[in-house]
Amino acid sequence: MGLRTPLYENHLKMGAKIVDFGGWDMPLHYGSQIEEHHKVRKDCGMFDVSHMNVVDVKGAKVRDFFRLLLANNVDKLKTQGKALYSCMLTAKGGVIDDLIVYYMDDQWFRVVMNAATRDKDMAWVNSAAKEFGGLTVTPRNDMAMIAVQGPNAKEKVYQALGEALRAPAGALKPFHAVTVGELFIATTGYTGEDGFEIILPAKAAPFTWQMLNEAGVPPIGLGARDTLRLEAGMNLYGSDMDETTTPLESGLAWTVALEPAERKFIGREVLDKQKAQGVPRQLVGLLLEGKGVLRNHQKVMCNGAGEGEITSGSFSPTLEQSIAFARVPASVKIGDRCTVDLRGKPATVRVVKYPFVRNGKSCI
Amino acid sequence: MSNIPKDLKYTKSHEWVKLNGDGTVTVGITHHAQDLMGDMVFVDLPQAGTKVTSGKECGVVESVKAASDVYAPVSGEIVEANAALADSPETVNKDPYGAGWMFRLKPANKAEVDALLDAKAYEALVASEKH
Repeated sequence: MGLRTPLYENHLKMGAKIVDFGGWDMPLHYGSQIEEHHKVRKDCGMFDVSHMNVVDVKGAKVRDFFRLLLANNVDKLKTQGKALYSCMLTAKGGVIDDLIVYYMDDQWFRVVMNAATRDKDMAWVNSAAKEFGGLTVTPRNDMAMIAVQGPNAKEKVYQALGEALRAPAGALKPFHAVTVGELFIATTGYTGEDGFEIILPAKAAPFTWQMLNEAGVPPIGLGARDTLRLEAGMNLYGSDMDETTTPLESGLAWTVALEPAERKFIGREVLDKQKAQGVPRQLVGLLLEGKGVLRNHQKVMCNGAGEGEITSGSFSPTLEQSIAFARVPASVKIGDRCTVDLRGKPATVRVVKYPFVRNGKSCI
Repeated sequence: MSNIPKDLKYTKSHEWVKLNGDGTVTVGITHHAQDLMGDMVFVDLPQAGTKVTSGKECGVVESVKAASDVYAPVSGEIVEANAALADSPETVNKDPYGAGWMFRLKPANKAEVDALLDAKAYEALVASEKH
């Protein structure tokens, strides 16, 4: 038996197929992964993401701490409730995890990290915080997290959880959060659609989940979560980046703040060097023009440029063809044709810009 | 729970075989197999006239999650493939023993058909895989 979220019994009642995900018993789907995917693109759906690691860091020097810990710069967080996506790096510039940090107040930042990396993340954050001094690091195991995503998601949340949410939550710009009573409501997500991620007391989660369902929000499993995020062009830790890759090689250069040059952050020296010498590899999108499905770890032959590897490959239910992320040599260009060995048969793929899908529409 | 009709024959590789009474058999993959695979997105089947060999791969089913070979349950010649699956592979999930059939085959040797698993033996196989 694995770890279970406060919503485990709800998943069983709704007919979930349960699988192990990073030590957690999580719903893969509740019948059909593809139907769930389409529901989120066309209407809305809810995800139990309570396995994710919510951590509160408090202290007078909390901002200085995150300036050092993260590759992105928390000085971009100027107003309370603003969120920032960043990587946390080793001294060698490898990605320990990707995370979202929220500026709660001048002495309190909230971080949401991945579930599968919980132990090493906590060891890293705790040891960095200890060296820094004067900080408390509190994992919020008393909290659950529900993501409600899709074009009708926000409206359904107000219907289910109260009109009182409409004014404060409706006013949020993307990547912001507000606390309303016991609910921490953020305009973040992992699908490329409108919606909220809601952090709430674990005890309130089963009832909240049921209220959302009664308002017409169907549950969505991890299977659809993966195809939704891939279409939306969002990285998955452990597949698209890990400690052996830098963010610059992982399509995450936009999350690295090398300016101002005087800000020292862990891993910076390696990134500066890579930037100066040229980043050898890049993450690109691939589109399979024929039938079949691209899979993780398949080799990509890039004509004269060398070889690469698929980091996330799947079927896109929206485009009805296979798409992937691949790490390939830096000289490969958008529009190039490469070859992937698909179960013994060579298949042609086109190198494309991602995201593949945003707000329900193809970007290809 | 797995759904295993009593009137069909089965293989260890999770195909089902129906005796049509006209010297041909119809072949598909079992409820258990489609459940393990998840949502089907492509089905690639042998064309009519193809000679197939018992236990050898003769088609591919691909789901969002994985690709899997389909094996010929017995040796013989393909009479017809289910062309409808090319456009609606999800039929394999929705109706694996009915509209989700994959191909009809004329067995070369009736003894091979007789040697296939019955429902009880297949049920035991599925149960043993769960442990």
